[in-house]
Amino acid sequence: MAEFVDYILNLDDSWFSYLVGALVAAVLILHVVAVGALLFIWMERKISGRIQDRLGPTRVGGKFGWLQTLADGIKLIAKEDLTPDLADKFLFKIAPYVGLAASYAAFIALPFADGVVGQHVNTAVFFVLAVLGLEVFSVILAGYASGSKWSLFGAMREAAQVVSYEVPLGMCVVVPVLICGTMNLTTIANMQAGYFTNWLVFNDPFTFLTAIIYFTCATAGVNRAPFDLAEAESELVAGFHTEYSGLRWSLFFMAEYSSMFVVSALASILFFGGPHGPIPIADILSFLSIDQLGNPDVQAFDETAGGFFSSVNLQVIIARLLGVGNLLFKGIIGVTVMMWIRWTFPRLRIDQVMTMCLKYCVPLAAVGFLGATAWQALDLPTANSLLGSPRYHHHELWTHGLEHQQGSENASSEASDDETPHAEDKTVKADEVFANTVPVSVVKGGER
Amino acid sequence: MSEIPLVTELRSRFGEGIIDVNLEAIDEWVEVTPDVLVGVCEFLKEAEGFRFDMCNSITVVDYLHTDPKKAAKVDWEPHMEVVYHLSSIATKMTLVLKVKIPRWKNGVEGELPGVPSVSGVWSTADWHEREAYDLSGVNFLGHPQLKRILCPDDWEGHPLRKDYEQPLEYHGIRGR
Amino acid sequence: MATSKIDDPRVIEFDVRTDEMLINMGPQHPSTHGVLRLVLRTDGEVVSDVEPHLGYLHRCAEKIGENLTARQWVPYTDRMDYLAAMNMNLGWSLVIEKMLDHDLPERARHLRVIISEMGRIASHLVAMGTYGLDLGSFTPFLYGFREREKILNLFEEACGARLTYSYLTPGGATADLPAGWTDKCLQFLAEFKEVIPELHTLLTTNTIFVSRTAGIGVMPARMAIDYGCTGPVLRGSGVYHDLRFHGEERYTEMYDGYVFDVICADPETGLYPESNYEFHGDSLDYPEIPRQAVLGDCWHRFYVRMLEVVQSVRLVEQAIEKYEATSGDWGTPIKLTQKLPAKEAYMETEAPRGQMGFYVVGNGDAIPWRVRARSSSFCNLSVTAPLCQGILLADIPAIVGSLDVVMGEIDR
Repeated sequence: MAEFVDYILNLDDSWFSYLVGALVAAVLILHVVAVGALLFIWMERKISGRIQDRLGPTRVGGKFGWLQTLADGIKLIAKEDLTPDLADKFLFKIAPYVGLAASYAAFIALPFADGVVGQHVNTAVFFVLAVLGLEVFSVILAGYASGSKWSLFGAMREAAQVVSYEVPLGMCVVVPVLICGTMNLTTIANMQAGYFTNWLVFNDPFTFLTAIIYFTCATAGVNRAPFDLAEAESELVAGFHTEYSGLRWSLFFMAEYSSMFVVSALASILFFGGPHGPIPIADILSFLSIDQLGNPDVQAFDETAGGFFSSVNLQVIIARLLGVGNLLFKGIIGVTVMMWIRWTFPRLRIDQVMTMCLKYCVPLAAVGFLGATAWQALDLPTANSLLGSPRYHHHELWTHGLEHQQGSENASSEASDDETPHAEDKTVKADEVFANTVPVSVVKGGER
Repeated sequence: MSEIPLVTELRSRFGEGIIDVNLEAIDEWVEVTPDVLVGVCEFLKEAEGFRFDMCNSITVVDYLHTDPKKAAKVDWEPHMEVVYHLSSIATKMTLVLKVKIPRWKNGVEGELPGVPSVSGVWSTADWHEREAYDLSGVNFLGHPQLKRILCPDDWEGHPLRKDYEQPLEYHGIRGR
Repeated sequence: MATSKIDDPRVIEFDVRTDEMLINMGPQHPSTHGVLRLVLRTDGEVVSDVEPHLGYLHRCAEKIGENLTARQWVPYTDRMDYLAAMNMNLGWSLVIEKMLDHDLPERARHLRVIISEMGRIASHLVAMGTYGLDLGSFTPFLYGFREREKILNLFEEACGARLTYSYLTPGGATADLPAGWTDKCLQFLAEFKEVIPELHTLLTTNTIFVSRTAGIGVMPARMAIDYGCTGPVLRGSGVYHDLRFHGEERYTEMYDGYVFDVICADPETGLYPESNYEFHGDSLDYPEIPRQAVLGDCWHRFYVRMLEVVQSVRLVEQAIEKYEATSGDWGTPIKLTQKLPAKEAYMETEAPRGQMGFYVVGNGDAIPWRVRARSSSFCNLSVTAPLCQGILLADIPAIVGSLDVVMGEIDR
């Protein structure tokens, strides 16, 4: 974006164009958060309604009550903003903002499609998880500062639960990172381009297991039923947000729904091909060949092309929009599954939540991790190789120690995602890594 | 009736403690003195063949006509009756125990009359006795925690007594 | 070398000890089923002591009863267990009839079976649904209410009310069932039987549900009897006692000629009676008992209610058949100013929540001298304190919910 502004205004790497670029990205992402929450809350009402044999909202906004959430939002804004006498006023007031900021910030590094990302971060996986983990502070602050025992209970449960579930969650996330050899989400996604058999979830049985555990832990991590102990209404009244009202209360909900989307989108990037759909439409329609993914020479906007219109690569833009659509679709499916679970299951007890984490999720994640590692090291067949469908050269293994055959081309494409200011040294390292890389597909006689 | 061996048994064991037996009533009842109440209850609960293991209800009936005209017509003196409805899950028998007590202890108005508590015999009697104390004003002696259960702790009077008058106000709320 | 102050184990223990916390659960709490207030003494999540406080709904209905005639008090019985008002009406009607030695025509007897068993189904549906709600599952609640609404529609057709019916009165019922009512009722039962396995899937056999309820709040039979627990709570502990079988003659003769089971696990084998009930030619099998379940725990109490619903369906079907086959009077209600003899009568009936007893003392007037309602929920709730010791906070809704209390009946 910054380059584009540079180009239009004829500036040279100006701070202004960076600012504009950042603002545009921020506003776009804010729309994902706010409109997403709007959509998801409406969806939750509709889905729960249908599950429970009722209609859900039907009137507001004409059909299907699709403006119900907006109407509620207006009501919430108009409500009195109460602060209990016993509350720690300052912490009480900032707690919801902390939560929203955390889940909003996680979007910064979340690539919606190849190149459609707020800021390229080489360690995006790490960044998203770390920032998302900050959300627990908002719950703890809210619970502590409310001056209510129920809120405190909610906060303590949340602290225990989220911190514990970070462990298996991290172990699950390591698996795709390990297979792809990068923490860059864009690269991980691009490595799964092509048909759905190329998704990491179908890579081997262990990744399949890991994907399931990831989703379970992610559900627990964002406090959704059956792990919604922090706001268990039948035990803790409303848990940490018992004392909140009006806008602050709704901020908690926005944070919750946007984190739900973040973890679902992350799941789809890590395991379900990210922006690459079940069928590579963009590829088939030859908007963007799979070879061009991540290629620095193929950008939506190429300032060297000269002339405004010729410099805009329409094919790339359409391909990316399709990718964004794919990712949103998959993210929404993940959110829907969470809703489906919520309206079906009873809530677990705190000790059962911890048992589930420490006795089942952690060992299973460890098994998944070891298994996936072994699978890669032993070079066992993947779903894709068994089905004989084409593999793309992007899906390659850094664990493989064979001689580099087509590395240079791949290495350049892999390293090219680094657009961070410090990309230089990392590129070198990545080059070194990929110099020893060989595409499994080639070794196995797969075709380009 | 199946209670007849029970009555002979009770009479032989408690003698003078058994004041009256009415087998013609709709529900046959046995009247005992407060002194032997706990003993009778323990016996009824444990005795082979009877096993009144369930205490269904403890009720206090206040016999008092506040209207002197009506009071003159009846053949009883003002008194209270504590009625125990017992049944047996093992033998499916039922029995009513009655204890007659004065309306006030030693005739001093305001002093609650006492009855030995049977909460040691049946745990369920705990709450029943609390309710009876709360609503009818009977002091169950030996009860572990005799305090009001349905009315607020600072409520005055015992509503199910016939001479009860609704307080004029309670914490600023007008009563009548 | 002198032990520094910090190394003293007592000091360390003092420093790391956690304080106990007194928490007020209720009366405005989502899972205390109305206005029950529980004062909890907790150490973190572990609850060491629970003290129930009642009376937030106290109206002293017994005092009101001393100022109204027997029939005038019927609406007050509605407001006791408002989820099963028909059964409350029945209990009061029977005790007045017992006092007056008033016998009912046969048709009225079958009508009462239909109505009271439908009331039991409606009540158990709420119990089932709210129990799901207590455990954090919202959906079964609405499933339960969906079916209950259909029953309420039927009741509305019969008596004009949906919650406080005052339909069964001393002497019979206020009116006969309207024409075509039994067909609608049979149609409802046919639909309802399809739903029962659905409810079982949603809760009874759900893994999370089982792990939340099985082995929690275990109440041995001796304790249940000692605390005066009745109804499904008592039978959930494996005590074979149902007043429809073992009650007074005046009550059991209502069920003469009916075939149904008392739902109670055999304490020896831990097994429930076989489902002898068929529909669509298939046996309506009960779900398996999970291995974690212990006789007398929350799961068994819930399970007993779920199976009782099936027995009630059986009873209503038989009752409708018998009702259709008999002709004649549905029972005329007694006069509004019917004088009560100077006698006293006590009678218990098997209400959905346990044995509901009414005690009347007459003195020759139309207005009884003393009225007493022995509430089943009151006794069932009294077991909360001993059951809720050393458990987790989240188990309190599970235990209190499994007792299925209705505060209107407790506070009266």
